[in-house]
Formats: sequence, structure tokens, C-alpha cells
Amino acid sequence: MKVENQKSYIKWRYFKQTIFFGVVRLSALIITAALIGILTYIFFHGFRAISWDFLTLPPTDSMTAGGIMPAIVGTLYLTIGAISVALPLGVVSAIYLTEYAKQGRWIRIIRIGVNCLAGVPSVVFGLFGLGFFVVFLKFGSSILAGSLTLGILILPTVIGASEEALKSVPQTFREASLALGVSKWSTIARIVLPSALPGILTGSILGVGRAAGETAPIMFTAAAFFTASLPKSIFDEVMALPYHIYVLATAGTHIEQTRSLQYGTVLVLVGLVLGIDLIAILIRSSMRRKKRW
Amino acid sequence: MTRHFREIIIRNLFACFAFFSVLILGLIVIFLFREGIPIFQQISVFKFIFGSAWYPTYDPPEYGIWPLIVGSLVVTFFACLIAVPLGVLSAIYISEIAPGAIKEYLKSIIELLAGLPSVVLGFFGMVIVAPWLQETFDLPTGLNIINASVMLAIMAIPTISSISEDAIYAVPREFKEASYALGATKYETIIKVIIPAALSGISTAVILGMARAIGETMVVLMVAGGAAAIPQSIFDSVRPMPASIAAEMGEAPFGSGHYHALFATGIVLFFVTLAFNLIADYFSNKFKEVGSGTL
Repeated sequence: MKVENQKSYIKWRYFKQTIFFGVVRLSALIITAALIGILTYIFFHGFRAISWDFLTLPPTDSMTAGGIMPAIVGTLYLTIGAISVALPLGVVSAIYLTEYAKQGRWIRIIRIGVNCLAGVPSVVFGLFGLGFFVVFLKFGSSILAGSLTLGILILPTVIGASEEALKSVPQTFREASLALGVSKWSTIARIVLPSALPGILTGSILGVGRAAGETAPIMFTAAAFFTASLPKSIFDEVMALPYHIYVLATAGTHIEQTRSLQYGTVLVLVGLVLGIDLIAILIRSSMRRKKRW
Repeated sequence: MTRHFREIIIRNLFACFAFFSVLILGLIVIFLFREGIPIFQQISVFKFIFGSAWYPTYDPPEYGIWPLIVGSLVVTFFACLIAVPLGVLSAIYISEIAPGAIKEYLKSIIELLAGLPSVVLGFFGMVIVAPWLQETFDLPTGLNIINASVMLAIMAIPTISSISEDAIYAVPREFKEASYALGATKYETIIKVIIPAALSGISTAVILGMARAIGETMVVLMVAGGAAAIPQSIFDSVRPMPASIAAEMGEAPFGSGHYHALFATGIVLFFVTLAFNLIADYFSNKFKEVGSGTL
């Protein structure tokens, strides 16, 4: 009798486990389905709109026809600008945090600063960019103001990724170099940085992807509803893919009529951003396989 | 001696650069206040935050952001109701249950989900989810709390999942081994050993996920409907703080009361998310699992 009881108790325990595993698998499945569902839907509605003309012509007929070339170019400019702000600052910050800083109050402050910066809502970055770059520094709504705003937005991403990459370089590399009498800076520049470079790049690429897809920070700092020509200087406004989607989907007088343009633009943006992310993910996984230490 | 000197210069130079993030944070505060404070010459802080009417373009204008705050809290709450279980459970699946190949594959999926631009999710919610909701539930509009919450949940899941996963991964092996050695099933080990040990990390993940949801702009701008009123049901439209800022900043005349009120809304939003982040930081430091000796 006792043995019977025990058996059923064990059965019950495994039954609970089966149920739990089912629920857990289901949640993973829901997330996968959400991503695949969204991507498939966008792909099948978007690819019909995509043509050579769509990618290379400016919008025509008050944005109810034509292409999205100025928006692609604008997003490219803004993204390049953002990463040229964030990469040097981020890498140097990460070097300081991992290689030089000793534990202490200042480091704690810097870390909290980086963490909090990472948590600032993107629309607040937009407000800051408007108040500081556009109004106070008088850059106007421009590529420069937008790039700087996006640059500080992705700074925490770049710092985080670079720190992780630097930390993963084995301590013995540094010790061997220092034991040979090499100075700390040369050790960092010649030994640590080259070993950490792929990791830093991966993180930066992810930052680029983030910058390319953000809308709220550029709404008041760089993005134009429509520009007749391509920007000529960094003080010009630009069109940008995410803002273009927002404008076509909400502000136009022909929202239904331009649906296919909207799908096409969404597909281009998603392709661009996820393509960038995918490259980073692939680099990282091939790096892990090839790792020599 | 010169080499020593150079080292000192580099060290201090790098320290300055590292301080840049803190500097930016300070500048953000300064410039939000610079542009936001003037509104409080027209209206008291209390009336601004708890005033129940947001009619910034009326004459005389009314700048009460309470409906916007409620809007933000409501969509964040419902988004978390969806995102927390999905995020934490998927983290458990990835770190404890999934076989190697599926694990890597799922991690990439979650990373790609994190990379999906918010304007795309907003678009998806507007074009697909809204008409479906409207027809199925026979509503006046599909742009409402429930739609915004689902879309926000999709944005918050990657944050919650990846940080929880790190926390679960950091639980020392000995804990699991001890549990198995006592005859516990895998389920019992996960529920009674791993989750309690990772709880501080999971809490951090949830708080950061909430911060992400409350600050997210494009989704709530496009799918929350935009009604600046206290909602009565989950099928009502709301106008969360970020949506209000993004939608109105373009039309608010520079230097007007409306302009300053939007910056002041930004101040509120900034401090709410800052509080979330500091709490998360406190959790992750206070209850840090340093090794197997901590429990």
C-alpha cells in the first residue's frame, strides 16, 4: 500500500513537470511565432512594392507614388554619423572602465551613469537633442543634430559590448605583455584591443542597427517630412526611413492609397535593420567557434 | 620618466572620456529643466501632475498630465502582464531545458525581436491588429489599450528574457547538483532552487522591461489611440506621455506654454524611468550572487 502511494506520488511529481515543460515550451513557441508572423506578413505585403525604381527614385505626387531613395540616403547618413560619435567615445570609456579603473566611488558613479543613460526613453533623447543641439547650439534640425542625438542614444550599447569584449580577453595576455616590460598603454593598444576587436565590432554593429531603426529621437532633431533634393551639408534636414513610415501611415491624406508604399518602406527598413543585426550575430557565433583561448 | 608621464596623461584622458556618459546624463537633466521649468510659472507642479484636463491648445489652455500618466501606467501594466510570464518562462526554457541547437536559435530569435524597430511594430499594430480587434470585438476603434499593450509586450519581452537568462545562467552548478542529489525532479529544482537563487536578477529584468515599456514612444504613438482621458475599460484609447510629446512637439510653437509643458512631461517621464533604473541597479547590486557561498 505504501509503495503504491509512493509510486503515485512520483507519478504526480513527473506529471507536474510535464505540464510545466509544456507551458515553458509554449511560451518560447509564442515568441518565435510572433517574430516569424510579423516578418512573414511584412515580407509578403512588402515585396510587391519593391522595385529598382522604388529604391532609386524620390517620392512623387505629394508622396503618393515614386520611391524612397532620399529616406534611404538620410538613414544612412544619420547612422554613419551616430556610430562615428558613439564608437570612439564608447570604446575609450570601456577601456577606462575595464583596464584602468579601480573599484571605487567614481567607478560606481560612471556605471550608474551608463546604466541610467541606457534606460532614458528615446523620446527624452529627442527632447534633449531639440533643447541642446537644435536650439542651444543652434544646429537647427539637421543631420548633425540627429547624428549626435542618435550617437549618445547608442553610446551605452557600444560601451556595454566593448566592456564585455575587453573582459573576455584572458588576463594572462596582459600579464605576459607587462612582464616583458611593455607599458600599460602599449599593452592595451597592441595586445588587448586587437584581441577584443571582433567583439567590439559586433556590439557596434548592433548599435548601428538600433540607430537605423529609431524614430522618436530624430523626429524633432533631423527628420523632414519631405525634401526635394538630397542633403548637401550636415546642417541640412533629411528624410529617414522610420520617420517616413510614420508619416505615410499616420499623417497623409491618402493613407489607404499609399498602403503598398508603406509596406515597401517597412520591408526595406526591417531588411536593413535585421540584416545588420544578423551580420553581427553571425560574426559573433563564428568568432566563438574560432576562439583560440 | 617620460613613459610614466605618458601613462598618467592617457589614464586621465580616458577617465574624462568615461565620465562623458555621466556628463550627458547631467546635460539631459539641465536642458529638460531649462525648457520645462517655465511652465511652472503658469501652473503649480501639483496641478500639472494631478490636473485631469490636457487641452494645451485651448484658450485658456489646460495643462494637466494626469490622464497621460494614467495612460502610461495602464499600458505598461498590461504589457507586463503579457511580457513577464513569456519573458521569464522563455528564459527558463533557453537556459535550463532547451537542447543546444534550439537554444542558440531561440537566442537569435529574441535578439532579432529586440532589433525590430518600434515604428515597425507600431505599423503592424495599426494595420493588422487594430482592424482585427475592431471587427472581432465590434469596437469603435482598434487603436486602444489592449492593442498598445500587446505591441509593447513584444518590445519588452527581449529585455526581460535576456536579462533573466543571464541571471539563471549565473546560478552556481552546485545548487542544481545538490538538488538533483536529493532526488528532486528537474521541475522541482527549477521552481524551488534555481528561480529563488536567480530572483534578484529576474526582478532586475522585470523592472528594466517595465522601464522599456513606459518609455517606448512609437508604439503608443501609433496604436494607443491618442485620447487624453482617464480610460474606463481596456478597449478605450489612451494617450501615454511619450505619445503626447512626440505627437505634439511638432505643432507646439517654440517657447510657448505648450512647448514648455511638453518638456515638463519629458521631465516626469525621465524621472520615472530613472527611478526604475536606479531600483534595478540597487536590486542587481544588493542581492548579487557572488558564488556558491552566498545562500
